[in-house]
Amino acid sequence: MSWVVQGILSFLAAACFGILFNAPRKMLIYCGFVGMTGWLVYFAYVGFSDDAVQASFLGAFAVALVAHIFAKRFRMPMIIFSVAGIIPLVPGGLAYNAMRHIVENDYIHSISYASQAFMISGSIAMGLVFAEVIIQLIFKTGLGRKPRKSN
Amino acid sequence: MEKKELAIDCCLLAGRLMMEAGAETYRVEDTMTRMAVTQNLPVTHSFVTPTGILFSPGSPHQTKLVSIKERTTDLEKIALVNDVSRKLTSQEFTVEKAYEKLQEIERANVMFPLWLQVLAAAITSGCFLILFKGLWQDIPVALLAGGVGYFVVIQIHTLTQVKFFAEFVSSLVIALITFVAIKVGIGTQLDKIIIGSVMPLVPGLLITNAVRDLMAGHFVSGLSKGAEAFLTAFAIGAGVALVLSF
Repeated sequence: MSWVVQGILSFLAAACFGILFNAPRKMLIYCGFVGMTGWLVYFAYVGFSDDAVQASFLGAFAVALVAHIFAKRFRMPMIIFSVAGIIPLVPGGLAYNAMRHIVENDYIHSISYASQAFMISGSIAMGLVFAEVIIQLIFKTGLGRKPRKSN
Repeated sequence: MEKKELAIDCCLLAGRLMMEAGAETYRVEDTMTRMAVTQNLPVTHSFVTPTGILFSPGSPHQTKLVSIKERTTDLEKIALVNDVSRKLTSQEFTVEKAYEKLQEIERANVMFPLWLQVLAAAITSGCFLILFKGLWQDIPVALLAGGVGYFVVIQIHTLTQVKFFAEFVSSLVIALITFVAIKVGIGTQLDKIIIGSVMPLVPGLLITNAVRDLMAGHFVSGLSKGAEAFLTAFAIGAGVALVLSF
């Protein structure tokens, strides 16, 4: 049950972020789908090992893979799909907590939250870059079916 | 000669439009180089930063510079420019046609209507409240705070043109709404509601793009995007903090 709810909510959140980022109208559903994939991978891994950094890496990796598939299919830049997709993974809550503890003069806790937020955003970026590099390698070695045309 | 000058202007215009719409640095450089190659400018160098683009088209031509005043996230614009550049490289468009199209894109306003954006921000806030393990009974407050917060940030931004001030006021309003709602007894968890409602404002994209630019070796872009993200986060945090400190 909670899986279905999480899936629907992350789909809605990513699609609505597509509206805020002015994604092309026909692509909103796909933006939502990419966001749902990333969040469900993240959710599954967090439930399994409780490590948000690794889970964000895997989530971002999945986002980049699915976004790349859509980018090829619709001949659009990949950023259209990946931007809305990574939003649910972004450590907004941690950044907020870090800021809040600074204001309350609780610097020790704020630094621990801030470094966690930094690690997570780093791992999201790593996930995106790794997926892109691997996809490029696959196409360069000729394992893919079509030559690269997304640009 | 005339035609090459137009081609150079075309590359620069495409680069500027993409950067203003929030494209990645490497994509802007890549697009400009590809467009230049098909217009018989084989060796070009470009230096792209979030605040300006330097483009050097090679020997007889002069190096040009455009400055970028404002950056938003407008994915539709990126898609349109990308389409023009692909048609130019596949010889479907001439340079004149491509330049005309790019100018059209620059003038056009393809944003979603404001009410839809506010609605989307409200729904996002509600969704994030639950995704971050909040309670279902807090959803109405999150919807209200998220929608009003986004409306405030857009209105103040068009009024004052100072992005950080707009974000500060907006998070202040969000925190106030949540605080009042909890005092009245409609809401229960202050932290969760505020986190959900500020999600449409947080610079998640900027942080991630900053780290990504750094990894790709675009250190200047990476650091300046990081600075922008830090200032935004600080503005949001300060707005919320002002309410919490009472």
